[in-house]
Amino acid sequence: MRGAKSAKWVVGAIVVALAATACGGGSDSGSKADKGAVDPNGIFSVELGEPEKLLHTGDTMESNGSLVMSGLFSTLVDYKADGSLEMINAESLTTTDSKTWTVKLKQGWTFHDGTPVTSKSFVDAWNWNANVNNAMGLASWFSDIKGFEALHPEKEGAKPTGDKLEGLKIVDENTFTVELKSPVPAFGHKLAYIPFAPLPESFYKDPKAAGEKPVGNGPYKFESWDHKKQIKIVRYDAYKGPNKAKNGGVLFKNYTTIEAAYEDLKSDNVDVLRQVGPKDLPVYHQDLGDRAVDADHSAIQSIAVAFYADQWAKPKPVDVKVIQGLSMAIDRATITKTVLQGTREPATGWVAKGVLGFQENAAGDITKYDPAKAKELIKAGGGVPKNAITIQFNADGGHKEWVDAVCNSITQATGVKCTGDSKPDFQADLAARKNQQVKSMYRSAWSLDYPINGNFLSDLYRTGAAGNQGGFSNKELDAKLAAAESAATLDESVKLFQEAEKSLVNYMPSIPLWYYKVNAGYSEKVSGVKYDQAGDPILTGIEVKK
Amino acid sequence: MGRYVARRLLQMIPVFLGTTFLIFFMVYSLPGDPVAGLFGEKGVDPATLAAKRKELGLDLPIWQQYWNYMTDIILHFDFGNQIRNGRPVTEVLGDAFPITLQLAALAFAFELIFGIALGVIAGLRAGRVADNAVLIFTLLIISVPVFVLGFIIKLVFAFELGWIAPNVSNEQNWSELIAPAMVLGGLSLAYVARLTRTSMAENLRADYMRTAIAKGLPKRRVIGVHLMRNSMIPVITFLGTDIGALMGGAVVTEGIFNVKGVGGLIYESITRREGTTLVGLVTILVLVYLVTSLLIDLLYAVLDPRIRYA
Repeated sequence: MRGAKSAKWVVGAIVVALAATACGGGSDSGSKADKGAVDPNGIFSVELGEPEKLLHTGDTMESNGSLVMSGLFSTLVDYKADGSLEMINAESLTTTDSKTWTVKLKQGWTFHDGTPVTSKSFVDAWNWNANVNNAMGLASWFSDIKGFEALHPEKEGAKPTGDKLEGLKIVDENTFTVELKSPVPAFGHKLAYIPFAPLPESFYKDPKAAGEKPVGNGPYKFESWDHKKQIKIVRYDAYKGPNKAKNGGVLFKNYTTIEAAYEDLKSDNVDVLRQVGPKDLPVYHQDLGDRAVDADHSAIQSIAVAFYADQWAKPKPVDVKVIQGLSMAIDRATITKTVLQGTREPATGWVAKGVLGFQENAAGDITKYDPAKAKELIKAGGGVPKNAITIQFNADGGHKEWVDAVCNSITQATGVKCTGDSKPDFQADLAARKNQQVKSMYRSAWSLDYPINGNFLSDLYRTGAAGNQGGFSNKELDAKLAAAESAATLDESVKLFQEAEKSLVNYMPSIPLWYYKVNAGYSEKVSGVKYDQAGDPILTGIEVKK
Repeated sequence: MGRYVARRLLQMIPVFLGTTFLIFFMVYSLPGDPVAGLFGEKGVDPATLAAKRKELGLDLPIWQQYWNYMTDIILHFDFGNQIRNGRPVTEVLGDAFPITLQLAALAFAFELIFGIALGVIAGLRAGRVADNAVLIFTLLIISVPVFVLGFIIKLVFAFELGWIAPNVSNEQNWSELIAPAMVLGGLSLAYVARLTRTSMAENLRADYMRTAIAKGLPKRRVIGVHLMRNSMIPVITFLGTDIGALMGGAVVTEGIFNVKGVGGLIYESITRREGTTLVGLVTILVLVYLVTSLLIDLLYAVLDPRIRYA
């Protein structure tokens, strides 16, 4: 008996020793991998939830579907990490006035079924996606194009009067022009988004079947979709784009929880994670060593004000100083470090990092923690009505902890009573926002659609914008945003948006909290794992070791 | 007997209609709109929402939706399509049920075999050491929450000993399902053991037992036939209702072990307001409950001939 016991101790010691050497050897194995021993046909697996909808280019907006689509379809352009454009399916994209754009396609591209990619493939796809009868969720992305209203009338239940966007003209097999209603300097960047991808002829025969088994023009072709279990895509060898896959294919594996996926990563059953769960965040650097990822991600968390709520609207609209004061009462540095375990970075403006036109410290002093100044501002603004606020959030998203922390911070600094207003799930949270039932303030988050600062400003704070759910409306700001949106050049547009962002301090439509980060990891089997601005792994660049 | 069965089967019709309508109505009245939820935080224009609603038939009044739904089920065995991805609900259920059935069968076998064995041991040695050991063991299982038990099993057998993979893979082999089945069946096992023990201990003192022993029957026959058969009635009742619970109530266990079965599907359907999927699920679960409870009632007569049905 005694012998057995001590044997166990010895085994324990060996395990510890092995673990120690494994950690020390981590960097060595990295350089070994660089020398080669890469299997160009190797297939790796990525943790991915079941896509919510059919894989339609015009309807894939959640992250599970869009990662698959990014492998299956290539758009005209893509953007690099610095926000500049890279030509993919387009040979060139030219405009003189940001109003009429000429697209020239690269020659010889084919869809995965062998049919050629022509200008018609693009024009037909855009017309189909924009048509209200097809009820595509991303249809509004075509609203810049002349003649959009004919296909997509704004009024509920109205029938479309045409089936073609007037602004699209096919010049020849490989050239087409796009005429916009007014100059949109950011239009080139918007073209990188998935609804602008081309569709093959076979799509229109049975769109539903095509959504189950998409045929695209991207670096990977679709192989199989075993619902709620896995999706497999394999390299398309005839692919002509610059982003050819360095691996043989991707297996997207479905997990019930991110914790389960993390366990499988540790036991080498899955290769790439998109996210590490809150439970494992404190240990994942230790567990994975240099395979732990900590990257920037262009998304921002903020608290938006429900301006229609009695508290802020009656008897007179709230003084902006009150909201500025509340912002200064939040100790972002401490909360991100402790409650959020360093997975977020305190925000200093309304635009997330990693997009064109991001500016450090755009919000000035109001994102700095200063209890004395906060109290002063709130007093000068006439105080918070009833001296109490609530922050609405959805309980199913892991937000309770930080909402409580933010509330504590506000109460401690200013004496304003603050409580979380928990909705059971995201659906209920959205419904309350849509029906204007938010009592005071609500949690709001925004992740980029295209990497230009205007995406974080115009889509959130313009009067009546889809993302503007707090009823914020200001004529001065609307004018500034409109000017920026229709500036002649991209540079000018970005600059005007920067000015608009700086002026947001005077309106305080929301209180910026922090920027998101990608906290993920990968297995020993793969290398070259990088993440894009949307927080997704870049599939084509990943190499599989032999 | 035949008339009894026919009457029981006829009773299923109002139960079936009642449960489906209740579920349909409850999902409908939850706050949150399944179609708006499709488009998430970034929102969408009202025209697209209306077009989508019309396509799915969600613009009709609830009565009409329920009517259309039920006629489709009864006439064409069509359970409708999911709102999110347009997949037929029958297909979704067809994916989820086999795996849950496997898991439930394993869990059921586990609780049946070990539960009754433990109960018999404890019942025959009532008041002695073995009885107390079983008592403590079952108390322990009952008082530990399922997710804790699941986590302990994973920690010990998957991470420390490395005997099992931490998660059930997509192939869903029987061997991978043993650990989740033990967790799932654990709680019921304790109840089965307790019920068996009490009923055995009680019946040991019954008149017919004394008679059987006095007749000089071998001990195996006294316990196996005379005692067991009579003591099994409450246990069988519990086991019968438990089949339904095992099929539907595995949300936590399935989540912990990455099993893509009915439990997770129920949870997902509720959060996404997928009324049609939920009704389909509940309909099948209701049928499982009804059929097993009928079987159990019939089993009573087999176990105890004094119970007779008209």
